[in-house]
Amino acid sequence: MESTFEYFLEQLINGVTLGSVYGLIAIGYTMVYGIIGMINFAHGEIFMIGSFIALITFMILGIVGITWVPLAILIVLIVAMLLTSVYGWTLERIAYRPLRNSPRLAALITAIGMSIFLQNYVQLLQGARNKPMQPIIRGGIELMRQGDYVVSLSYLQMFIILLTIVLMAVFSLIIAKTSLGRQQRACEQDQKMASLLGVDVDRTISLTFVMGSALASVAGVIFLINYGVIDFYIGFLAGVKAFTAAVLGGIGSLPGAMLGGMLIGLIEAFWSGYFTVEYKDVAAFSILVLVLIFRPTGLLGKPDVEKV
Amino acid sequence: MSEVMLSFSGVHTHYGHIEALKGVDIEVRKGEIVTLIGSNGAGKTTLLMTTCGNPRASKGKITFEGRDITNAATHEIVRLGIAQSPEGRRIFPRMTVMENLQMGAIVSDPAHFEEDLEKAFALFPILKERQDQRGGTLSGGEQQMLAIARALMSRPRMLLLDEPSLGLAPLVVRQIFQTIKEINEKQGMTVFLVEQNAYHALKLAHRAYVMVNGEIQLSGTGDELLANDEIRAAYLEGGH
Repeated sequence: MESTFEYFLEQLINGVTLGSVYGLIAIGYTMVYGIIGMINFAHGEIFMIGSFIALITFMILGIVGITWVPLAILIVLIVAMLLTSVYGWTLERIAYRPLRNSPRLAALITAIGMSIFLQNYVQLLQGARNKPMQPIIRGGIELMRQGDYVVSLSYLQMFIILLTIVLMAVFSLIIAKTSLGRQQRACEQDQKMASLLGVDVDRTISLTFVMGSALASVAGVIFLINYGVIDFYIGFLAGVKAFTAAVLGGIGSLPGAMLGGMLIGLIEAFWSGYFTVEYKDVAAFSILVLVLIFRPTGLLGKPDVEKV
Repeated sequence: MSEVMLSFSGVHTHYGHIEALKGVDIEVRKGEIVTLIGSNGAGKTTLLMTTCGNPRASKGKITFEGRDITNAATHEIVRLGIAQSPEGRRIFPRMTVMENLQMGAIVSDPAHFEEDLEKAFALFPILKERQDQRGGTLSGGEQQMLAIARALMSRPRMLLLDEPSLGLAPLVVRQIFQTIKEINEKQGMTVFLVEQNAYHALKLAHRAYVMVNGEIQLSGTGDELLANDEIRAAYLEGGH
């Protein structure tokens, strides 16, 4: 069975779904690194908080009787993006901004501290036990059938992949074409010059955290409705994987983060499908090590072409 | 005598314990080209950057059009009408020429972007040809032109130029200085020019100051200083 095309297709669909989650989180890592040169290790927790906000919002919507699924998901997405952004904004404001000009190690340790703090904060508030949620999108379309073996693309997976593509496209467009995107790239390349031209650098950095958090919260919503169970600890592994994805794609590169996320998702899915589930993390990290040996700047990261 | 646009009175600036500016007094009047010359490390760049609040003056007062700007935020300075082409040009290397110019215009009304862009291309036609090229791939001279054009995109009333001739071929230097003169004469732009290339700068400027070790040592009209023996010996020896 493992040698059939149907089986391959199924792993591909799983991989792309998982890759969507990693890709959306990885964007936050790569953007923050690009603009202030630090790894925001608490970003995985922002994703986790996004999924908790989504769960709570679903419950509230259930209580007030909004049960039409498309509307419920839309409301949950908006609420999760807004509230999670507030967390991301506050995180930067309280923990990182005061350390903007300190040694890098101080910022790094603070980020790890914030990660632990946020985990414990959610654990205290929501309890340590798993939070399950009933599947809300059921059914799908049958792609292939071979005997009893059916490969189907669920409506949920279609929704996830479509949502990710739309978000990444919109986001890339914002960065490439709008004035805000130009200001972010300018801050990335030369903050001093950007401020001479009238860019409020602090505000731009805040907005970067807000955007990264909003995307991570969407990944949180996807994680919740796809896997149906969350806990206060999901941010750790997802965060490490997404960070790996960002490094694999080339830290600081936006398309790199998306590509890296997809690749890590696919590697995990195929490894689990064809070899052993237990070693899927080992596989993902081994690929990272290999890529970094041969391309230290990641797949799409380029050394600067600068003429001074 | 026309009104004073930019004035420094008793401006001190420190980098940590090092005092880079030791009480500088300078006045730039409307419509003038004023140049500040001095050797490496005299504090010329520090003065321009202090004007823009980065670093801040530790003592003294800077006013622009009568308004105290000593403690204004760096990103607010350009909104008041002061644009700078800084030391090292600081072109955004991974942005196109067009994007660099768009960055120059972020504080101005988008309605006159096209008009300002045409003006910039008229001053530096090469930039029009290079508009889709990345800033980092331009030659030094082209980068300098872009830096000046980018500064002009915010429709400033005062232009600060930090060593626009540095590292450029003599022919390009002449072209850049010609353009500065043109901007001053045709657009009535007030220019504060910092230079090591004393001969060209003094020829161009209406008035000039000489800075030594963070202090103003001499001032006068461009021609006066060109004729001054001390200046000739210190800055023009082996002349151009």
